[in-house]
Parts: sequence; structure tokens; C-alpha cells
Amino acid sequence: MKKYTKTHEWIEVNGDEATVGITEHAAAELGDITFVEAPPKSTDMIMGDKAGMIESVKAASDIYAPTSGTVSATNKRLEDDPGLVNRSPEDEGWIFKMTNMDFEEYEKLMTKEDYDKMLKSKEAK
Amino acid sequence: MSETTSGSARRTVLYDKHLALGARFVPFSGWEMPVNYSDGIIAEHMQTRKNAALFDICHMGEFRVSGPRAENALDRIVARTVRTQQPGTCRYNFLLNENGGVIDDIIVYRIGAEEFFIVVNAGTKDGDADWIRGKLDGAAEFADESDFTAKLDLQGPESGAVLESLGFKSSALPGYYKFMSAKIAGVKCLLSRTGYTGELGYEIYIHADHAGKVWDALLADGRVKPAGLGARDTLRLEMAYPLYGHELDTATTPVEAGFGRMLDLSGDRVFIGGEALRNSRPRKKLVGIELDGKRAARGGSEIMSEGAKIGEISSGSYAPSLGRAVALGYVPADFPSGKDPVEVFFKKIAFKGCFSELPFYKNGTARK
Repeated sequence: MKKYTKTHEWIEVNGDEATVGITEHAAAELGDITFVEAPPKSTDMIMGDKAGMIESVKAASDIYAPTSGTVSATNKRLEDDPGLVNRSPEDEGWIFKMTNMDFEEYEKLMTKEDYDKMLKSKEAK
Repeated sequence: MSETTSGSARRTVLYDKHLALGARFVPFSGWEMPVNYSDGIIAEHMQTRKNAALFDICHMGEFRVSGPRAENALDRIVARTVRTQQPGTCRYNFLLNENGGVIDDIIVYRIGAEEFFIVVNAGTKDGDADWIRGKLDGAAEFADESDFTAKLDLQGPESGAVLESLGFKSSALPGYYKFMSAKIAGVKCLLSRTGYTGELGYEIYIHADHAGKVWDALLADGRVKPAGLGARDTLRLEMAYPLYGHELDTATTPVEAGFGRMLDLSGDRVFIGGEALRNSRPRKKLVGIELDGKRAARGGSEIMSEGAKIGEISSGSYAPSLGRAVALGYVPADFPSGKDPVEVFFKKIAFKGCFSELPFYKNGTARK
């Protein structure tokens, strides 16, 4: 099941590996993405660490590690086609994969429902 | 031109139309303006370069100065003379303070012998109005018409053809930096061949009550798509047009910003800031930098040469027509800026690039 962070990343666990990307909401907010910097393979991260950045025509935005873990792969397709994050933010436009995750941290992240609620309450303000 | 809103940001009369078109909004100079529509900034940028795009520019301010002494009084307040300006022409101009610093960059329209229409930036409008009113000191009538004046920019190589489809004769459309009174969709307007994109285009001033009608009539043409302030910014940056608050401010003179050749500093003409410009040497100069990649160095980035800081970036973005990032910035006036390599530091990241001739984009149709 996908889980979500307050900083608009999603994480999906598959066995002992998880895939991380930015949410549809975040991709739409950023607009046309021109560059994605994923964290180097084997980087050990603590939950909330800066894990790369995304740049669009209008702004640059940091990506944060949704849980602690080790980077096991990055999405090579984004090097030539960063716009894939706009077209398929929560699927083909994933940014990196990680192993050695902290499952306790993962459990505490938001569900899709909680995340959508957070977006709604922000909009209301 | 404004509508009352619940928040502090103002909305233009076209706000609901933007919502229906899928606009995303950003705060800009106290306004809530569309930054892009559903196609996104790059598509809207390319649409403007190749076809035609329509921008809601209602946030900008419009003044009218009139009366028998208007020409004399206004001539003292602006950096370029209005005396030689014929009715029916526009002139890019500056309001300067006594030190020669730019209070605002403006366009002056000469309506008649005794009447001028002035278009100013949104963020500086209220200060400009106070400044001009104070300096006119009763010598001419001054009216701030911003609240009931809407401004739409139709920009792109097909914009002339779009107006022809609405009944204009090609030969009757105004030439570059000229304007005329006209009717679009039955609505009276002032139509000028001006813009901020580098492409052939027109700026249209109408009464705010009828803005929706003109907006709809122009968008009904399949060649026209709406574009937001995001594309407006990348388009102007590729042309190296200054944006007030970035390339221009009260600590910058028009000479430093690269407009020295437009100014007559020979001595006879008296205008606010003229004395200071004559007696001071420029401290800095505006330069263009082409970066090697697509990543943008934004305003505030440091410009480095041979390991030493030489200046700062004022604006930077990915340039869709060039496929790479470009930036404008200031370096010392005497710094040699041929095509030499430079480094730019943004958030501790080093970007490689080199000084570039301006404009970055050279195939604009604005003057064609």
C-alpha cells in the first residue's frame, strides 16, 4: 500500500524494497519539470533527510526521504525525460528505490485518505 | 483592475474564466494571477513563439495625464522626452529618482497634443501615482484609471492574423510601438503593437466591464490559447527584457540596465535623475549568461570568475526556446564580459556557463 508524507512524497513497499516518488499534487504544483536529481545509489538516509531535488520551469523543490533506508536504485529514464514525473508521478515517474527501510516509520506515514484530507484542509485555508 | 476578495490578494475580473480553463494561481504584486493553465508553462511559451497566446495583464496600472501644460510637466518626470513623441505612438520610458535610480519602467502613450496614457507595473503603481501626482504639482490633470481598465496581451506571430479574422484590415493595424482606437467584438479599446514576449503582438486596453467579452472573442479563435505569467516570464527572459524588482530597482540606473543609448544625456533637457546620470559613472552592467545545462540559477545566485565573486544573478530560468537555462545578472561596469566562461553558485551548487550576447533568443517576430 502506498503511504504519503507531509512533504508530498509517496512510498510503496514491495517485499524488502520500496519505491519513492512525488505525489500527483506535488507534480502539478511544480509544473513542467526540467531536472530531477536523485540521491546516489547506496546513500544511507534518515527519515526526513534531503534526498535530491526537482526543478521545474518555475521553481526548485527538495525531495525528502519518507523513511530511513539505503538507496538501492534510481530512475534512469528521468535523466533524459524528467517530464515523465509530470505525466506519471505516482507510477513510471518514480524517483528512487530503497532497502533497509524502517517499517515503524513507514507505518506512521499517511494513507492516501489522510493525505487527501490534508490537501483539502490546506485548500480550505 | 480589481474585484473584492475575501483574502488580501486581488483578483482580476477574468478570475472565473481562468478557473474554468484550469489555471494555477500565484501571488504576484498583491494579485492572485494565473501562472499557467492546464498545458503548462513550456507549452504556453512555445504557443506564443509559434502561434498566438492571450495573457490577462489586468494587474498592471494605467494613468492619464492631460491638460495644456501636460507635455511640459510630464517631460520633466520621465527619462526620455515626450516632446518629440507623435500622437498615436508609444515610448518605453522610466521614472527616475533624483539619484537616477529607477522608480519604475513604464510605457507612455501619446493620445493627443495635451493627453498622455501611462502604463506602469502592478507592484509600483501606488508609489508611481503618488510620485507623478506630486511632481506634476497641479500643472496637469492626473487620473489613476487602473481600477476600471483591463489589459489583455495578444502575443505571437499569428496575432495579426487573429485580429484580421475579427474584422481588422492588415494595413490598418498599428505598426511597432504605435497604437489606435479600435473595436474588438463591439467593445471600444486602445490597441497597441507592443508586448513583453519578443513576438509580434498587441496590448489591448478596455473598460473592465467588457473584459470578458473581448477575452472570449479572442480565445474563440483556434489559433489562440491562454498563457500565464510563468510563460510571460520565460518569454521576456529569453528576450532579456527587464522585470522591475529583478533587473531594475531604485539602486539601478537605466544606463546600468543597458538602456543608455535610449537616453539623451547631452545636457539641454532637464528631467528628474538626469543630473545624476550625467555626473556619475555606471557602477555595474547587466549581462546575460548561458548555462551549460537545463538547471536554472535563480535570482540571488553568485556570479564567479576565476574563483572570485564578481556579481549576482537577477533572474534565471530554463529557457524553453533554447533548451537550456539562461540568466541575467549584474557585474562591475568595467568587467570584461566577452564570451568568457563563468561559474554561478545557487544554493551551493556550481553551474558552468559563459557570458552571452543579448537577447538570448534571436528569432522573435516583434518588429517584423
